[in-house]
Amino acid sequence: MSLDLLVAILMTIAGAATPLLIAGLGELVVEKSGVLNLGVEGMMLIGAVTGFAVATTTGFPVLGAFAAMVAAALASAIFAVLVLTLMANQVATGLALTIFGTGVSALIGAPFVGITTPTLGTIFPDWLTSTPLLRLVFGHSPLVYLGLLLTLGVWWFLNRSRAGLILRAVGESDTAAHAIGYPVLKVRYLAILFGGAMAGLAGSYYSLVLTPMWAERLTAGRGWIAIALVVFASWRPGRMLAGAYLFGLVITMELQAKAAGFNMFAPEFLAALPYIATIAVLAIISAAKRGSANAPACLGKSFRATA
Amino acid sequence: MTAKAAAPRLELKGISKRFPGVVANDQVSFAVPAGTIHALLGENGAGKSTLVKIIYGVQSADEGAIVFDGNLVQIGSPKEARALGIGMVFQHFSLFEAMTVLENIALGMDDPPPRRQLEARVREVLDSYGLSLDPHRYVHTLSVGERQRIEIVRALLQEPRLLIMDEPTSVLTPQEVEELFKTLWRLANEGCSILYISHKLHEIEVLCESATILRGGKVVGSCDPRRESAKSMAEMMIGGSLKDLSDKSDCSYGEDRFTVSGLSAPGEPPFGTSLKDVSFSVRSGEIFGIAGVAGNGQNELLAVISGETQAGVTGSIRLEGRELSQLSVGARRKAGLASSPEERNGHAAVPAMSLAENAILSARSRMGLASGGVIKGGAAKDYATRVIEAFSVKATGPAAAAGSLSGGNLQKFVMGREIMQNPAVFVVSQPTWGVDAGAASFIRQAMIDLVAKGASVVVVSQDLDELLELCDRLAVINEGRLSEAMDVKGIDIEKVGLLMGGVHGSEIDGAGAGRAADPSHAPAKRPEPAL
Repeated sequence: MSLDLLVAILMTIAGAATPLLIAGLGELVVEKSGVLNLGVEGMMLIGAVTGFAVATTTGFPVLGAFAAMVAAALASAIFAVLVLTLMANQVATGLALTIFGTGVSALIGAPFVGITTPTLGTIFPDWLTSTPLLRLVFGHSPLVYLGLLLTLGVWWFLNRSRAGLILRAVGESDTAAHAIGYPVLKVRYLAILFGGAMAGLAGSYYSLVLTPMWAERLTAGRGWIAIALVVFASWRPGRMLAGAYLFGLVITMELQAKAAGFNMFAPEFLAALPYIATIAVLAIISAAKRGSANAPACLGKSFRATA
Repeated sequence: MTAKAAAPRLELKGISKRFPGVVANDQVSFAVPAGTIHALLGENGAGKSTLVKIIYGVQSADEGAIVFDGNLVQIGSPKEARALGIGMVFQHFSLFEAMTVLENIALGMDDPPPRRQLEARVREVLDSYGLSLDPHRYVHTLSVGERQRIEIVRALLQEPRLLIMDEPTSVLTPQEVEELFKTLWRLANEGCSILYISHKLHEIEVLCESATILRGGKVVGSCDPRRESAKSMAEMMIGGSLKDLSDKSDCSYGEDRFTVSGLSAPGEPPFGTSLKDVSFSVRSGEIFGIAGVAGNGQNELLAVISGETQAGVTGSIRLEGRELSQLSVGARRKAGLASSPEERNGHAAVPAMSLAENAILSARSRMGLASGGVIKGGAAKDYATRVIEAFSVKATGPAAAAGSLSGGNLQKFVMGREIMQNPAVFVVSQPTWGVDAGAASFIRQAMIDLVAKGASVVVVSQDLDELLELCDRLAVINEGRLSEAMDVKGIDIEKVGLLMGGVHGSEIDGAGAGRAADPSHAPAKRPEPAL
């Protein structure tokens, strides 16, 4: 195997892992605050189509990425009002958000089908990507580096900052946090908005980096993998990084196998591989005794302030 | 010495607090000098908790003044109390299980220093008080005593001048109690005053140098526990005047009908009390009382007898010779064992369901309210209506939701639902808790009528007066152990008080000489201040 091919494969892994990582880190923060938002897939689709629409109309893909974050955060705000203020069931509302996002993105995206867009290029000068090895370090989309920085940032926020400590306290025992005097709902609103923005950014990665075109259901269920990865990572940012890159590997294997004409299995089986891996990983984690030990105790429960 | 330095650390002047229907504190006045450990004694409902909540700023008094270090103060919130130097360790801790000790301490402080500095200060406090606690351990891995240390350290970091401790030893092991007392003596010797609430009189005797006794919200006495005995303090808590026993002279007891022997069961973690070799028997036509301070195993005992708790239970429960301990709740009811737990809303009755539906839940087999898996709606409605009429329950009818009834009326309905099934044995916890006087006497009369028909009744209650009025014999439960049964006629009330305070049978006979013999785990005397 040539060095060129190896580098290309490694870069594909990073590319496949990055949207999972970014969306997963957003969901991780949301869940740490005690809220389960199953609408990641929907928010990613809204982000993908908004990013694509803004990038093609204005010609600035960076603007598209920002617009994607704003649009998905707005979608998550609807979710936040429903589950926090109106205390709707989080699971049902999250599923509704995904259905909503799928529909809205298809509607907005209809005029854009078949058009290509300027993509988010690399940020380093050309001479830094002239050899395969340099390309491996400097040749990625800026979002790949952002994902790595975000991992570090989320870890620092949760484990080292006072705000992160309060966020974890809110997810651990909303009643105790409220009794001590912390604003439970405000913390959860902010967490949900952050999670929405990250899902939107991850969605825009599909339409602005991976495939510079729009198609319905472009994210193809990767939002669900991001949610599963939060459990896989036991709510730890470092493990989220490992998990996302592991799944990046699985996805890349599928692509490479197809490209190499590997036909021992039906292509449908290969396409299903990442999702089969998701189910397998979740089953193994649930079976392991301490698998969910790190789960926030108030995950998915509505909070009603008393006194 | 200035006048201010001589002023007591805390002085309460005529504190009164009323809640709808009850006076929690009535003109309470007492003072705690600097550097003393002061006990606040009283039975449940005597007003101790309300009083300390007022001092800590959780509630405000209707009348009266609080003087702290010679200054008149208004304490509007716990934050203001902490700013004055008042710390409090609660009976039930507000800790975050999945977080470390250090994180919990930081979350509970108004303005915590940076992490490393905080850790250094925590270690300093731990070292100087000889407390062992790893700041990086997760709370869910800690014992109850260690968890309490977190709260104590949190309070100590604010350098308190008055520390309030609400039932701090109720969940501790004897060794942990000893450690706690050492810390408290050390604090007192450094000038911190401690207001200490406990039911455990032998601990008060050893730990405290002054005490205020509350009964019915009023101060009824004060004493120096070192010069009193657990016996004399129990007497002051309970009060001398006892109601006359109700006249049930014409009833005759039959054979032992309901026998519990050697019953042991593990407590529900984390705060449950395990039952240890509980034995008693009740004759037909008899009301048997189980007295004791809350949290000494009453709920566990009721759950084991009713059949709710079956895991880990050893011992036997016999009704008319038939062994029930292997039967399910429903089968026990069918056999004639009715029961009613302490919590009526959500345990004895489902608040969102109608009275008729609630009647089906416990009376379906004995009253034929369901057969072959199909509910007989008409029969259930009839039965609920009969209960409502017979027990004069104020409700709109059998379709009224249980949750819409007042506490007293729901309790009457629950009692009626059980009693009208004509059980052979009726086991009930806190039958008149939170019920107004009229309903309470109605419920008591219903139990007397039930035994007059030859049934047996077991009443678990924290209200000793109620038990003395109602029961033929009673026993005291303390830390999951049940004392010998005593005839209520001519009962030694001092002995009952001692048993409730945790002084066990063998020690009571020697108690007349002044002090009760030191219980095995009572710590040493307070050391002299090191100068």
